[in-house]
Amino acid sequence: MRLPFLKQVATFDHGIHPVYHKETGSLPIRRFPFAPKLFVPLSQHIGKPAIAAVRVGQEVLRGEIIATPDGLFSLPIHAPATGVVEAISPIASDSGEMEMAITIRVYEADSQEVKVRNPHNLEDLRGAELAIVMQEIGVAGKGGAVFPTHAKLIPPPGTTIDTLLVNGAECEPFLTCDHRVMLERAKDVMTGIKYARRVCGAPRAIIGVEDNKPDAIAALEAALPADGTVSIKVLETKYPQGAAETMTYAILGREVPVGKRSSSIGVIMNNVMTLAYIGKLLPSGEGMTERVVTVAGPAVARPGNYIVPLGTPLRFLLEWVGARSNASEVILGGPMMGAAISSLDVPITKGVCGVLAFGKTEVEPQRSYPCIHCGECLSACPKKLNPTQMGLLAAKREFEAMADRFSLGECFECGCCSYVCPSHIPLVQQFRIAKSFLKDRERAT
Amino acid sequence: MSQPIELRAAPHQHIGRDVPTIMRNVVYSMLPICAFSVWQYGLSAAALILVVTASCLVAERITNHFSGTSSSLSDWSAAITGIILALTLPPAFPLWMGAVAGFSAIWLGKSLFGGLGQNPFNPALVGRAFVQAAFPTAISTWAPAFAPHRFGEFIPSSLAAPFMSPPDIVLWAKQQGVDAFTGATPLARWKFENVSATSMDFLTGHVTASAGETSAILILLCGLYLAVRKFLDWRIPVAVLGSVALVAWAFHFAQPARYPTPAFVLLSGGLMLGAWFMATDMATSPVTPRGIWLYGALIGILTVIIRYFGGLTEGVMYAILIANAAGPLLDQFNQPRIFGDDRNKS
Repeated sequence: MRLPFLKQVATFDHGIHPVYHKETGSLPIRRFPFAPKLFVPLSQHIGKPAIAAVRVGQEVLRGEIIATPDGLFSLPIHAPATGVVEAISPIASDSGEMEMAITIRVYEADSQEVKVRNPHNLEDLRGAELAIVMQEIGVAGKGGAVFPTHAKLIPPPGTTIDTLLVNGAECEPFLTCDHRVMLERAKDVMTGIKYARRVCGAPRAIIGVEDNKPDAIAALEAALPADGTVSIKVLETKYPQGAAETMTYAILGREVPVGKRSSSIGVIMNNVMTLAYIGKLLPSGEGMTERVVTVAGPAVARPGNYIVPLGTPLRFLLEWVGARSNASEVILGGPMMGAAISSLDVPITKGVCGVLAFGKTEVEPQRSYPCIHCGECLSACPKKLNPTQMGLLAAKREFEAMADRFSLGECFECGCCSYVCPSHIPLVQQFRIAKSFLKDRERAT
Repeated sequence: MSQPIELRAAPHQHIGRDVPTIMRNVVYSMLPICAFSVWQYGLSAAALILVVTASCLVAERITNHFSGTSSSLSDWSAAITGIILALTLPPAFPLWMGAVAGFSAIWLGKSLFGGLGQNPFNPALVGRAFVQAAFPTAISTWAPAFAPHRFGEFIPSSLAAPFMSPPDIVLWAKQQGVDAFTGATPLARWKFENVSATSMDFLTGHVTASAGETSAILILLCGLYLAVRKFLDWRIPVAVLGSVALVAWAFHFAQPARYPTPAFVLLSGGLMLGAWFMATDMATSPVTPRGIWLYGALIGILTVIIRYFGGLTEGVMYAILIANAAGPLLDQFNQPRIFGDDRNKS
């Protein structure tokens, strides 16, 4: 509820105010060293995996394409370092399943300059033509969904995009990589916005930033283009402000209709770091070989924001930042939606915005109680669902009723319900199980 | 990273407030009301609160034992039931009847349905309804406040032996030198004698009433504490008191001679305690936004109707119990509009 006499910042209804732990926001981005071996998965994006274009024993140059895209909804993979291909084999992935990856042994003595560039004359390109050039640099969404950016920017047939929304909310606790990128690479962000708008045809762009990042807002303001087509909207610091639905509502007052994409209401949204990388890489034709990652959490001795080569194994990363001896849980992403990983051999990929390490005490399981119908989850759910009822149905394994009567499919798993539940009922966790159960059954029939 | 990796599903953070925290704070918020009651009625009130609460805890523990579950006393919910129940009973209610009320509250009101969170009715009110039916005389026998020797001796009816008729309180009050005591509550005096008490009497607790229902202002403050700290849903007391005020005002406006002022209706009887501490019971109130408002309004309207047109002088208890029963239905028909849903835009 917003009252007229309080400070007015754009926001959405419901949501939560977790403890933010954004201490790394004051630390400048630093470059991370190369691991002796990099493990580069062929699928670092949603869509078809890339096809390996190198063989074992072949020397590769940093920035060289080592796997080619399989169609429009796919991306090429570039060598993150100069070295030699040691293996093309399955490795552990964040999903827990094995995935094909190219292992590169890095040449230690090499300067690791990006040697392969492929500049285009971009100024004449618009729409799908520009998208195809954009595909060559291999950028996927950096917020976590890892949709191939060039494909996301092409409006579906019959839709007109009036606004490009740039997501700089970074509402997950601990994560500050978007914050630092907005602060240190505001020019890249603006360049990226320019090209993204040329692909999707949006006459204007609005950057949404939570009000806990005043320095980033100031840096962006200083870099805004003079023609006034790009503006900044300051948003309330509240989770999940950075979700597509909530941010679109907070900035434009439009609700994404149930079962439809944002493009149906004239909006395309990109993460601010995605656009910063497009702005940095597209003019030179350089491939995506690294990304900024927040490494933080109570069990990390030297937290910060690092430019990490893609394919860096977590074991090397955590050793280098000094994981404490009590570290027992490692999360890729933020603490609200990120996934705990089962192996430290999992590498950094294009969608990893954060690596968090927690000690044993911080993740101690809590005693759970029966649902007391306090309704806190209803007051937290940004989609205005009824997690109380869905939780009771999930306990009885009535998954169909959850979907049919309580719109389970609309849940985007932000985790607010589980966060507020005083009975420690694993609500969103049960919803995920219910969804995958229904999906599996649909596939089977 | 010497330890084995732990795998948990997101979210990995929690707000840090759990069921015992909420329940414990509700208990804390009722302590001032208990203290005031003891100050007014002395030993009898203190013993009543202790006996009723203890019998609730014992009943809960016995249930745990026979159902093979671990002790649920640490969630503090049985303690809440006990204290609320004690506060709704007459201050000199025979202690053995208080124990009966405590056991029936937990067993009939809660354990029977599966314990914490599963009960459709507020267990404290189930206990009170039970003794209202079982001991109709004792439950409407009131005691004088501020008797001179209240800390030195029990009001005699407190110590009545089981199944014996309790000694007469009015007689005892005369011996104590409390002459003004008539043994009737303001609601009864209004209903049967058409005499209205002043708002000041209610605010300061100088009325004949149940152990914890005398000072409207104290209950209001304690309730506000819970509302501010978000341990109760402020919408429920606002809906209850708002609808009572509205309906009472409508009656008073139509026939000022026959119906009392809204202030009298708001401050008298168990309304304040009911609105802040019983209607707000999480397990038995709706969760949907519109359902919550309707639930509160239903309690308010029923309270006034029972008081004005029913055989009883007080209607809060049955109003809440009826609304408890209607709660699931109110939720069912008032599911919130899902974000982005155009089908039934409200």
